[in-house]
Amino acid sequence: MLRFILQRFFGLMVTMFFVSIMVFVIMELPPGDYADRYAFRKYSGTGVNVTQGDIENIRRDFGLHKPAWQRYGDWIGGIITKFDFGESFAFETSVNNVIGKRLWLTLAILFCTLVLTYLLAIPIAIYAAIRRHSIADYALTVFSYLGLALPNFLLALLLLYVSVTIFDSSVGGLFSPQYEKAAWSLAKLLDLLKHLVVPAIVLAWSATALQIQTVRATMLDELNKLSVTAARARGIPEWKVLLKYPTRLAINPVVSTIGFDVNRIFSELPIVALVLGLPELGELLIQSYLDLDMYVAGAILLMLTFFIVVMNFISDIALAFLDPRISLQEG
Amino acid sequence: MDKTTTLNNDVNLSAEEPEIDQNNKSHEDIKYYTASQWQLVWWRFRRHKLAMVGAGVLLIMVIFGAFADFIGPYSITTRDRSYIMGPPQMPLLSDQKGFSLRPFVHGIKTSRDPVTLRKIATVDPETRRYMQFFVTGSSYKLFGIFDMETHLFGLEQGRLHLFGTDELGRDIFSRTLHATGTSLSIGILGVLVAFVLALIIGGVAGYFGGKIDYLIQRITEIVRVIPVIPLYMGLAAAFPKEWSNMQVYFAMTLIFGLIGWPTLARRTRSHLLGQRGEDYVMAAELSGASAARIIGKHLLPSFTSYIIVDLVISFPYMILSETALSFIGLGLRPPSVSWGILLQDAQNIRAIEQAPWLFLPAAFVVIAVLAFTLLGDGLRDAADPYSVSNH
Repeated sequence: MLRFILQRFFGLMVTMFFVSIMVFVIMELPPGDYADRYAFRKYSGTGVNVTQGDIENIRRDFGLHKPAWQRYGDWIGGIITKFDFGESFAFETSVNNVIGKRLWLTLAILFCTLVLTYLLAIPIAIYAAIRRHSIADYALTVFSYLGLALPNFLLALLLLYVSVTIFDSSVGGLFSPQYEKAAWSLAKLLDLLKHLVVPAIVLAWSATALQIQTVRATMLDELNKLSVTAARARGIPEWKVLLKYPTRLAINPVVSTIGFDVNRIFSELPIVALVLGLPELGELLIQSYLDLDMYVAGAILLMLTFFIVVMNFISDIALAFLDPRISLQEG
Repeated sequence: MDKTTTLNNDVNLSAEEPEIDQNNKSHEDIKYYTASQWQLVWWRFRRHKLAMVGAGVLLIMVIFGAFADFIGPYSITTRDRSYIMGPPQMPLLSDQKGFSLRPFVHGIKTSRDPVTLRKIATVDPETRRYMQFFVTGSSYKLFGIFDMETHLFGLEQGRLHLFGTDELGRDIFSRTLHATGTSLSIGILGVLVAFVLALIIGGVAGYFGGKIDYLIQRITEIVRVIPVIPLYMGLAAAFPKEWSNMQVYFAMTLIFGLIGWPTLARRTRSHLLGQRGEDYVMAAELSGASAARIIGKHLLPSFTSYIIVDLVISFPYMILSETALSFIGLGLRPPSVSWGILLQDAQNIRAIEQAPWLFLPAAFVVIAVLAFTLLGDGLRDAADPYSVSNH
């Protein structure tokens, strides 16, 4: 088992290495570099005449005159050794300062979404599988089609519209005004949770739709197995049979796709956050792309991917524990 | 082996069943057994009512997009200053004055708000504006070639806005039709790029296996682990600001293709790995065919139908990605129109509150994605016409 975990951990490191190269390439892609943008931002409209030499100086100050592989080394070295993601020129402070709190809010949203997804998807799917071809089952199929077809940001807009016109309250933001600046307290936490409900529903929507389909399909397969018939024949109560045999196995595909779900959620998060006005990483990512604030963008992209890779790692190990049939040697 | 079974069948049939019935039955059987693969696929597909509906809806959308200039009554920039932020107008066949065979809408009265001095358009139920078909309107070039002035419909007087107008008084219906063309074509081109890349890369990985396969698998994994839309956004952010919309358009199809290929490549690869050991491949190898020829001529056609299914399934992702990118301002930019650009107007809550009809283009997005999903489901089943079925 330990060998398996180490193997997976090594795989995680290798993946992250290549991902960091890709992220660095994306950071380097936009025309012009940090020095150009820094000079433009700092001196445009001030009347100061910026010469090519000045820009060259800025470039030297930030170490941008070095070849790309050295700059990559500096960047990734700073992240690994000092947890330093570089400078944000749009905010004129370090990236760490900009990202700071947003990171925790992002993780809070992710956590709520995942919990909601699994709390909804697994019981509903099991119910649909047991009551196959019932009206509820068909209704769920329609729901899951809709879940896949309705883009998340549209759902967010729709919920905004409904909440403003019908409930006369806004769901945007993460805190009510009175808690915005307040210190952390139970009341503030409850307020945050209240505001997390809508983003979590929006983000969980399509993930739930997908998971319902997967779990339902696995349940149907497992329900026909002889082990279930044998258990019934032994007179074990039906709920115990369901829980012990098909359900236990139907959860495996859920566990193995956690990383996939996180990927999906992070993919949709920026736009949903933009629509709902959530001050978290995805929204900042869009902003920094639009400003070409590439150190911020790179840091966020790297972090989001890092969480996905870590979740993949966790789900691999969890699956190995849950399902002993999986061969550990396969690598 | 085959011959003997058919022979046995024939003997059994003639022995046990009456003459006429046997003729009928064998006729149908012969039709089934001699049909080409694509005929079988079509027969199988036809049974999926929902998939047929999906295909029909998509066909209509493509027609809408291709003939947007003709079907839409106005150009995408025409401004109707007397009807700004106007709600949709529904053609009627009757009102309190009675019934009319020709559809009409009520006229618009514009007055100024006494307080804010803003122009307000109110419906005047006294006047009727009749609809006309094949009217002469603004000139355009159909497909960029034919000079035309005829539009499918219009009003004899004033303007008809089926989906209402936006804050500049532009006709949302016409704009949505044009956007349909843009968004669908980006999807089609993106899928084609991804398709070609996937065939080449997946083909190489699946045919050669071993180290090349391993390397390509790892690259695929790394591309897949980065969240897709943030990745698209990062690539789209690199487009120079001075690029024309045409350049952005093609660059977008290119990045959709470049990022979209892994899923398709994976499928191609696994099909190829499964087929590689078959006898016909060895036969081709022994007769000295090159690798490219074996992949292209012998292996790929063996699962073309599956590839088509994968293409159809990957469409919605392309469309949704384009919509998302343009929606946040990193994709196409006005004055071009696409679904995402139209929905930009509906981005803030105040706009939606005042003018919910700005949401109408969203219905097109949802319907298109739904139609592609249904079509994909039907095709997936039809793709393998030889699988067990009660034909």
